[in-house]
Amino acid sequence: MSETLERPDLKVVGTRPIRPDGADKVTGRAAYGADYNMPGQLVGKVLRSPHAHARIVAIDTRKARAIPGVKAVITGADLPEVASALHQGGEAASNMRDLAMNVMARDKALYEGHAVAAVAAISAAKADEALAAIEVTYEILPHVIEVEDAMRPDAPVLHPHVFTEGLEAKPDKASNIVKRSGFNRGDVAEGFASADVVVEGRYTTQPVHQGYIEPHATVASWGADGQCVVWASSQGQFMVQTYCAKVLGLENSNIRVIPAEIGGGFGGKTTVYLEPLALALSRAGGAPVKMVMTRDEVFRATGPTSGSVMYVKLGAKSDGTIVAADIELKFQAGAYAGSPVAQGCMTALACYDVANFTITGWDVVTNTPKVAAYRAPGAPIAAFAVESAVDELARKLNIDPIAIREKNAVVSGGKAPYGPTYQNIGYVETLAALKASDHYKIPLGPNQGRGMAVGFWFNIGGLSTGAIHVQEDGSVVVATSNPDIGGSRASMAMMAAETLGVPVEKVRPVIPDTASIGFSMLTGGSRTTYATGMAVVQAAERVVADLKRRAAALWDTAVENVEWKDGVATCLDAAKPDARPLPLARLAATAGRTGGPISAEASINAQGAGPGFGAHLCDVEVDPETGQVTVLRYTAAQDVGRAIHPSYVEGQVQGGAAQGVGWALNEEYVFDRDGRMENPGFLDYRVPVASDLPMIDAILVEVPNPRHPYGVKGVGEVPIVPPLAAVANAVRGATGVRIPDLPLSPPRIMAAMEKAQG
Amino acid sequence: MSKRHVTTVVNGDQAEFLADPAMTLLDALRDELNLTGTKEGCGSGDCGACTVILDGRIVCSCLVLAAEAEGKRVETIEGLAHEGLHPLQQKFLEHAALQCGFCTPGLLMASKALLDANPDPTETEARYWLAGNLCRCTGYDKIIRAVLDAAAELRQARAA
Repeated sequence: MSETLERPDLKVVGTRPIRPDGADKVTGRAAYGADYNMPGQLVGKVLRSPHAHARIVAIDTRKARAIPGVKAVITGADLPEVASALHQGGEAASNMRDLAMNVMARDKALYEGHAVAAVAAISAAKADEALAAIEVTYEILPHVIEVEDAMRPDAPVLHPHVFTEGLEAKPDKASNIVKRSGFNRGDVAEGFASADVVVEGRYTTQPVHQGYIEPHATVASWGADGQCVVWASSQGQFMVQTYCAKVLGLENSNIRVIPAEIGGGFGGKTTVYLEPLALALSRAGGAPVKMVMTRDEVFRATGPTSGSVMYVKLGAKSDGTIVAADIELKFQAGAYAGSPVAQGCMTALACYDVANFTITGWDVVTNTPKVAAYRAPGAPIAAFAVESAVDELARKLNIDPIAIREKNAVVSGGKAPYGPTYQNIGYVETLAALKASDHYKIPLGPNQGRGMAVGFWFNIGGLSTGAIHVQEDGSVVVATSNPDIGGSRASMAMMAAETLGVPVEKVRPVIPDTASIGFSMLTGGSRTTYATGMAVVQAAERVVADLKRRAAALWDTAVENVEWKDGVATCLDAAKPDARPLPLARLAATAGRTGGPISAEASINAQGAGPGFGAHLCDVEVDPETGQVTVLRYTAAQDVGRAIHPSYVEGQVQGGAAQGVGWALNEEYVFDRDGRMENPGFLDYRVPVASDLPMIDAILVEVPNPRHPYGVKGVGEVPIVPPLAAVANAVRGATGVRIPDLPLSPPRIMAAMEKAQG
Repeated sequence: MSKRHVTTVVNGDQAEFLADPAMTLLDALRDELNLTGTKEGCGSGDCGACTVILDGRIVCSCLVLAAEAEGKRVETIEGLAHEGLHPLQQKFLEHAALQCGFCTPGLLMASKALLDANPDPTETEARYWLAGNLCRCTGYDKIIRAVLDAAAELRQARAA
């Protein structure tokens, strides 16, 4: 269901054509990371630490090197030291030294699964034999997994050089607390003093994995002249290029990265794990090296996002006006600094106009895999706590959950809690759409509950390149440098077709390698259709201007006399009655006489990305005998600016909601007492399957972003923000018990219900 | 250990390859026969990305030894289209039932087996039949709609 704003002039935008890469994906022709091979390639594999925290005393690779068929063995000693420096890859900056150390441990292994050595051999069997022959001497160190344990003064310290930033006095002792961040507004004490009711709670979430179905995979070749080629499945071919260059001390121009089709990422493929190792192995082994992770490796050594402990206190007037908030977020960063706690702080109250608040975040390293971005990093976690607390407030005041959010809603012209002024936001429209839904009116049965929650995400713009190449016959290629993670080829082709005035079927979208197009930041931050789409539109506008100039030259008239409409140039000059209309194909055929090939590339830094808001409604039934939760109905309303291809926008909303339901009900990293992950497979790490979910009704609310030529706002991340709390609030309704800890697994629900019954 | 010569039928054509005793059918398809449309998501039978049809029955090809394909008929995604796309493929495209597309080959093969066995599945039957095929992108909504729509079209074609 979508509420489309009238734009009768749009012929392509807002329609639902077959996606241009669709046929390849339903016939098995699309080539993903592991589907590519180079002649003479070796098989690369990684030896990983079995310990959560251990000093690497010595690594003896002699026996492994002596095995016939083993062509290369590398350890941290074979990789250069990388200086500590931040690099802005996508939404968040990464420290290149930490990145290099995460790719391959040097003096210490900081989590179970941390790479300590890698091999390349003529077969997988030989590579396995080589891994088994590497002798690593470890000095096992005490480890720490839980965030509040890691913050204790007596906790085992991961990094002796980390001293907590953001404290009033510089600490005199190394700590796992990397940074304290936060901000305030108004007078919180006064705010709470004026409140009629106060709710307070401690909330926890566990680390969860992005869970893309395609494991990380790459093939890399180091040429005899140092020219490298990398085939990789990632969220950004330029990201892979830069990160490989940083980790290996190379120049970017010596590395050509060819983007494979990507089998899901959700933020988890915004960094590198295998690619620098494959290059180093290729250099050492003198042949291309292919590396593919097992699912076990994906769980133990990539992703996930943070586990957390959060404290939320809200105060409100009896009419529902929230007058004070005190929020503290503690996030696991994994082995290196950089949890998304700052984003958690910034988004925690982003839907609320609150006069007095204080928000504090703690970024804490733990002996778990370094967290990677996961769809709206940090926001779902913070929203779980805040939206649960708002639900408690609404219950206490006996106010409708949508009404209390309307009462406190941020609006255009108002200040976001994290600073800027909101413009052209569609938040209250989203609440209204949810309130008007059929779902909201359906009565509930016994053991059933209804939960609602809202969510916010910034969405970014940034550096992007788009190019239009008119072919000799007048058909069109649109090239961009952003891997297509959820259907962006379709939106690129549609925006190009709309601007050029040609049918979308005439436009072929491609995603070239790093040597064949200008730079784009990676696919992330819900930026591609916005920012890269803007580059495509600008390139198409340049082509239209060029076509008009060429037509004017052919007609010997001024360019002002040329109209471009529906892919045809028409002469408006009354003095040229014989000037017949020139379609694109004709102008392409005569390009040699009007200035040469017709093509334009726009490289821009897209500003003005508009934030997105979503409001979700979830009905559940809880089996009182088993604690099993069944999701009965799910409706998600979201302001999407304008949907270029509504089906794929709905798909983003539905997919994000489903991931959030999994996070709420089933998904979690389980560690044993030695800090080893106990559930590194899809059997025990349970993502939602088809029979776990109902249809998910996506309501697209369209409040266009005037900064984008077609009104686009980012859409991919918002939908995972509300579901954790929407589900939890529904379970609260069904059981009468607030369970502040995720996941809401059957044993946890049974325990809570039994406790409540005394 | 020496390799074993395996003769099988893949998508209607005879296929031969040499298999290590431990080689899976998935690896044989991908590495020996270059049929990379069948995907590996987990290697443990938990995700369904490697689903193929073996003598009419859906299997996770990562859990089948390559040698077990001897004398059997294997159907993979590469053989689904005949004189144009299969109605399931067409409906997946029309309903936008894929995003990254990595789970799509397995889902299509599992869906084909469903409609071969049950031409008129309910939504619940479709959801339980496909519960062994993980999709992380779509939330399954559009996949289920596409499968039910393809079922209706196939029924209509048969009735005509």
